[in-house]
Amino acid sequence: MLYNEQVMDHFKNPRNQGSIANADGIGEVGNPVCGDMMKIYIKVKKEGDKEIIDDVKFETLGCGAAIATSSKLTEMAKGKEINEVLKINREDIANALGGLPPAKIHCSVLAADGLKKAVEDYRGKHTN
Amino acid sequence: MRTKIYFDHSATTPVDPEVLKAMMPYLKDKFGNASSAHSFGQEAMKGVDSAREAIANFLGCEPKELIFTSGATESDNIVIQGVIKATKEKFPERKLHIITSAIEHPAILEPCREMEKAGVLVTYLPVTEKGLVRVGDVEKAITDDTVSISIMYVNNEVGTIQPIAEIGGIVKAVKDGRQKAGNKLPLIFHTDAVQAVNYCNCQVNELGIDLMSISGHKIYGPKGIGALYVRGGTLIKSIQLGGHQERGIRAGTLNTIGIIGLGKAVELVNRKQSSSAELRRIKELRDKLVEGVLKTIPESQVNGDLEKRVPSNTHFSFLNAEGESILLMLDLEGIAVSTGSACASGSLAPSHVLLAMGVPKEVAHGSLRVTLGRFTKEKDIYKFLKILPPIIKKLREMSPIK
Repeated sequence: MLYNEQVMDHFKNPRNQGSIANADGIGEVGNPVCGDMMKIYIKVKKEGDKEIIDDVKFETLGCGAAIATSSKLTEMAKGKEINEVLKINREDIANALGGLPPAKIHCSVLAADGLKKAVEDYRGKHTN
Repeated sequence: MRTKIYFDHSATTPVDPEVLKAMMPYLKDKFGNASSAHSFGQEAMKGVDSAREAIANFLGCEPKELIFTSGATESDNIVIQGVIKATKEKFPERKLHIITSAIEHPAILEPCREMEKAGVLVTYLPVTEKGLVRVGDVEKAITDDTVSISIMYVNNEVGTIQPIAEIGGIVKAVKDGRQKAGNKLPLIFHTDAVQAVNYCNCQVNELGIDLMSISGHKIYGPKGIGALYVRGGTLIKSIQLGGHQERGIRAGTLNTIGIIGLGKAVELVNRKQSSSAELRRIKELRDKLVEGVLKTIPESQVNGDLEKRVPSNTHFSFLNAEGESILLMLDLEGIAVSTGSACASGSLAPSHVLLAMGVPKEVAHGSLRVTLGRFTKEKDIYKFLKILPPIIKKLREMSPIK
């Protein structure tokens, strides 16, 4: 098998797939020409000083790894503090999935970047 | 148990039961080395000889013009490298030129790139948007320095049948011209016929071919065996040093088991596959599949020429759905296909064949090759047509592009 069971599980049953109508931040990365495209939607709630990812959803056009890493990323980010989720990098996602084939590691970059962009979008709208 | 459907016959084919049966004695009692003079060796050589004859009969050549190899990759490497090696030795002062096409298999393209590093000029001919080499382009590309032309018979991705006989005619005219002009450089015409054997006329003299690569596992034979037809008198040298087997062109103990399997597989193509009834049967199934897909799935297209194409092949693109994901979802349903998407190729670029045809990258990423075969049934087509549309729909719903 090209992918391990965990990756295939996320591919077959993607978590948090879809969009958020009134999202606080949206991050779009990749493009159809390079093969993978991803859109991450976040909803943020404030608890005192903390900003927490209350909801996160993804839409992805791409290969098995692209879909599975998007799905895993949303699982990892949900309920976490914004400063924390910004630290999630491609290795973290790949490791959380129990590893990806070497040729597929680059797919997880997109997911990490998508989330960062969504946070940037949120912050751009909510400065001051 | 759910029965699986195999729609990837251009990748490899199952071994025909008759081929397996023919091979079995050589895996057991008939184990001799065909080069040995004793009875064990001679028994093995007898099998090799009859396989060689069956293949020679199929190609319309002399048995001694056939070299057994480990497969088409080795055959192709001997062609590209062995011709240059021999020509350089005989004409050390000459510049050398190879002509090939942009849609060849890596087994041709990679050795060609290697030859470029060694100072050989290589022309990679473009193809039409239908995936066909233009005969006129070949003619224009030939110079006084051209030593070999290698054009595949049938493209492995889109199944297009290249104008081999026409190119053969041009090569012959150039050869005649060189003789009159006193240009002693040979012009050697090779075709990689791996994907053609099942469906096309492979008579080398009718095609005007000097070298032809074939493979066992694409024609219901075993893996690890192939052959190279080498027209008598062709300037070519071994690229692997060792024993004197196969006219000194391919050193190494003969793979008796594989050779017997290849011989039987070719014999079966002659008997089963080449019949017009079987060709028509496969074509009808393929056409039914294509019609069903185009009718039920919006924004879908067939890549490659529709007429000049082997009956077993179809190649789709689905906009806004990625090929590897389609492949995986079909596989979960027990259907095996192939894709030209970058993600499935191990590189970051989609299929070089589709790009050479001018297919936009975003369309190439959503490509799906479906190749039928000898054991494909009509019910397999209906099952595929039932399963594919919801998969494309699901992937498009997941996509950020609406």
